[in-house]
Amino acid sequence: MSTPLLAVHDLNIALASDNKSYSAVESVSFEIGRGEAFGLVGESGCGKSITALAVMGLLRRPLSLGGGRIVLDGQEIQDASPAEMRRLRGSRIAMIFQEPMTALNPLSPVGRQIAEMFVLHQGTGWKEAMDRAEDALRQVRVPSPERRIKDYPHQLSGGMRQRVMIAIALACSPDLLIADEPTTALDVTVQAEIIDLMAELCAAKGTAILMISHDLGLVANMCQRVAVMYAGRIVEAQPAHAIFATPRHPYTRGLVDSLPRLGERARRGRQRLREIAGVVPSIAAYPPGCRFNPRCSAVTDICRTTAPAITTLPADGLVRCHHHD
Amino acid sequence: MRLGANTYVGGALVGLALTVAILAPWIALYDPVMDANLMNAELPPSWEFPFGTDAQGRDIYSRIVYGARISLTVGIVSQMCNSLIGVTLGLTAGFWGGWWDDVVSGLTNLMLAIPSLVFALAIMAILGPGLVSLVIALGLTAWSYSCRIARAQVLSLKSQGYIQAARILGYGDLRIMFTQVLPNILGPLIVIATLGMGGAILSEAALSFLGLGIRPPFPSWGSMLSEARDQIRAAPWLSVFPGLAIFLTVLGLNLLGDGLRDILDPQSTTRRA
Amino acid sequence: MLLVLGRRLFNVIPTLLAVIALVFLLFSVLPGSFISGMNEDGRSAIDPAVMERMRKEMGLDDPLPERFAKYVAHTVTGDLGISFRTREPVTKLIGARVWPSLKLVLAAMVFAVCVGVTLGFVAALKPGSLIDTVSMVGAISGLSLSQFWFGLMLMYLFALQLNWLPSFGYGDGGLRNLILPAVALGVGPMALLARTTRAAVLDVLNADFVRTARSKGMSERLVVKWHVLRNALVLVITIVGLQVGSLMGQAVVVEKLFSWPGIGSLMVDSVFQRDMPAVQGCILMIVLFFLAINTLVDMAYVAIDPRIRYR
Repeated sequence: MSTPLLAVHDLNIALASDNKSYSAVESVSFEIGRGEAFGLVGESGCGKSITALAVMGLLRRPLSLGGGRIVLDGQEIQDASPAEMRRLRGSRIAMIFQEPMTALNPLSPVGRQIAEMFVLHQGTGWKEAMDRAEDALRQVRVPSPERRIKDYPHQLSGGMRQRVMIAIALACSPDLLIADEPTTALDVTVQAEIIDLMAELCAAKGTAILMISHDLGLVANMCQRVAVMYAGRIVEAQPAHAIFATPRHPYTRGLVDSLPRLGERARRGRQRLREIAGVVPSIAAYPPGCRFNPRCSAVTDICRTTAPAITTLPADGLVRCHHHD
Repeated sequence: MRLGANTYVGGALVGLALTVAILAPWIALYDPVMDANLMNAELPPSWEFPFGTDAQGRDIYSRIVYGARISLTVGIVSQMCNSLIGVTLGLTAGFWGGWWDDVVSGLTNLMLAIPSLVFALAIMAILGPGLVSLVIALGLTAWSYSCRIARAQVLSLKSQGYIQAARILGYGDLRIMFTQVLPNILGPLIVIATLGMGGAILSEAALSFLGLGIRPPFPSWGSMLSEARDQIRAAPWLSVFPGLAIFLTVLGLNLLGDGLRDILDPQSTTRRA
Repeated sequence: MLLVLGRRLFNVIPTLLAVIALVFLLFSVLPGSFISGMNEDGRSAIDPAVMERMRKEMGLDDPLPERFAKYVAHTVTGDLGISFRTREPVTKLIGARVWPSLKLVLAAMVFAVCVGVTLGFVAALKPGSLIDTVSMVGAISGLSLSQFWFGLMLMYLFALQLNWLPSFGYGDGGLRNLILPAVALGVGPMALLARTTRAAVLDVLNADFVRTARSKGMSERLVVKWHVLRNALVLVITIVGLQVGSLMGQAVVVEKLFSWPGIGSLMVDSVFQRDMPAVQGCILMIVLFFLAINTLVDMAYVAIDPRIRYR
């Protein structure tokens, strides 16, 4: 297998609070190949967003890198200088965020915010950059781009703002696009459009995608491989179709089972929605051993004392459970 | 709940001012008004007269100590007056709405359009100089801030349904105001009152300095500065000490108010920003 | 833009009328304040017959609504009455003093904005540093100062001891005379602006769109220049507007201290001499100033923040 585009080994992120240090993310490892769509799934607070921020080098107090390696195209970047990271951001790794309303400068026309990318990374003049910004808007299928480049964010709908964000992110054809819950704040009808747009553009440019979401269905549809995160650890990673067909970790199984399926009532009669009992623990109160043990139906004594080791699975999969299938 | 350095330093300064004011008769060295010996006029600070003497030969230190009483009294009384007016107007305006709210809002806008010192000056012009008219003037010109906060709080509680719920339980209007709304605004109000006292002391000093507030021979810090002004070349210490007294007291109130704001008003509704 | 100006003016007019009404009420309705004031300026008691004639002349016995209407009509057409003291039209007295007052207030505001906003920015961009602490301590001290005491100290240091600047007076209207009063007047607003700017910039630095800007690979300098500056300024402008009001009030005292021939010192003198028409006129003028400057600030706000424009 050729060198992966992004390889994360044993990433640890620490959270400093009240003079104590907590482990927010622990021993996270995954690889994303060139042009591959990789999904990272988990509930709110499991650490997936800050993992993305760590890759971008955007962690700020009270969060900090606690160890591990981040390798981009064979080059280690976890200790890169701020200047080096700035060169990578936007040009080789780009990121789009969850709330398009607040993610854009309210006092600057959207065209200019796209044009900034060209001026920053490719040294173009503003006039040419604005023309290219118009093209970028056209690529993300915003109607009347020549007028829209002068608009301000508050004049656009949520979906259009997210298209602008995508235009900004893909402006310099980066190798990797990190998308942190890009559709969560959008209407359902718009969500599918945005996802399709992202998938299409990235396929065309050969850009890999790291798709972060709490929506397992969305991720499984779009991505070739999926990793599931819980309480700061990756508990399972498999090809997308396998995650659904044969989930190995009790948590993943719970997630898959909780998805309501069309036609089930006809098949099995009325059923309650299946949920995973319990709540996600807070960072300060992670249980010892396997962090999922309080909510697991297959829990035994060893789960409460020892953190499970990683078991590799076929097709580059992994699972972290004492009692995986 | 960690108190910043602000609160401690501020509290200490305010405490100092209060102590000086209360203990004035015991810690002053001379009578501030009567002990005037022209033979001692305009002496620089010495062991006998720690802060020097003024043009009438009175001991500055004692005058400052007694002046604390006047300044603090004016500050406290006028601020209480302002808070009372402001809260009453604001609460009722938010509560009952309608034309009363319009009237109060109009009044508030009016007050905001006239600089408070100018308004106070105008009132002093009508009432004449003196302590009483000073307190009245200061007490009537700075209520718009507390009014705004009180009104905003009532409206916010209204939108959250607290007031409706209380009404359904059968509470009368006054009772709701006292038991539901007032406790919620107490924190911000205390902050405003503390900061407002500092403002009142500064205003009193300004008005006395102009000759309209406390008149000589009474030892208000502001009037002491106005006397000092003419002697600035010959006896600069006359200007330093009263001004320093004002500065430290108001600084204490500002620091204390800031510190209290962090505790009592974490959402910064009282931020002047 | 014109539309905004028009709308703003439309809002100002009722306030102005209300102020005129208030001033009228204060001075004319309260018993005896108008004419009896003439007694108290130290002259011998006026013959009651003379007072009676004056009352008739000034129409003080007319019914209240009529007096009010006359007052408004006169004021709006620029006739602010005759000064008791100098027997000149009040408008003439005030007219001579408008420019010095305006100069002083504007100079103080320029000083306050330039120094205060800069300090606030610097403090926010290096939070926790020495310059941050020093600036903020300075700011809260500035807020606690008696501005006329500060002016007095400045006067002592720079004029009397060092002899660099004149100690009072308007002089030939040049810059040298303006510096001390402007600094004394501006130190309070400067302190408040420093604090507010610092808070605003810190707020903006934590905003989502700044995170986006960083994720684009921008240097911190560019982030501040392209994204933080304008957004912070928007928050600051509101405060500048509010400060103008308090500045006009403080100007009264600073003018008296430095013997600056402005409207403020005229007002103080008139209050002493119970020259009621002059006092009334001064109040109205000051309020007019205040509303005018506030409107200007509002327009600046609209110019910078596009969200308001397109409402």
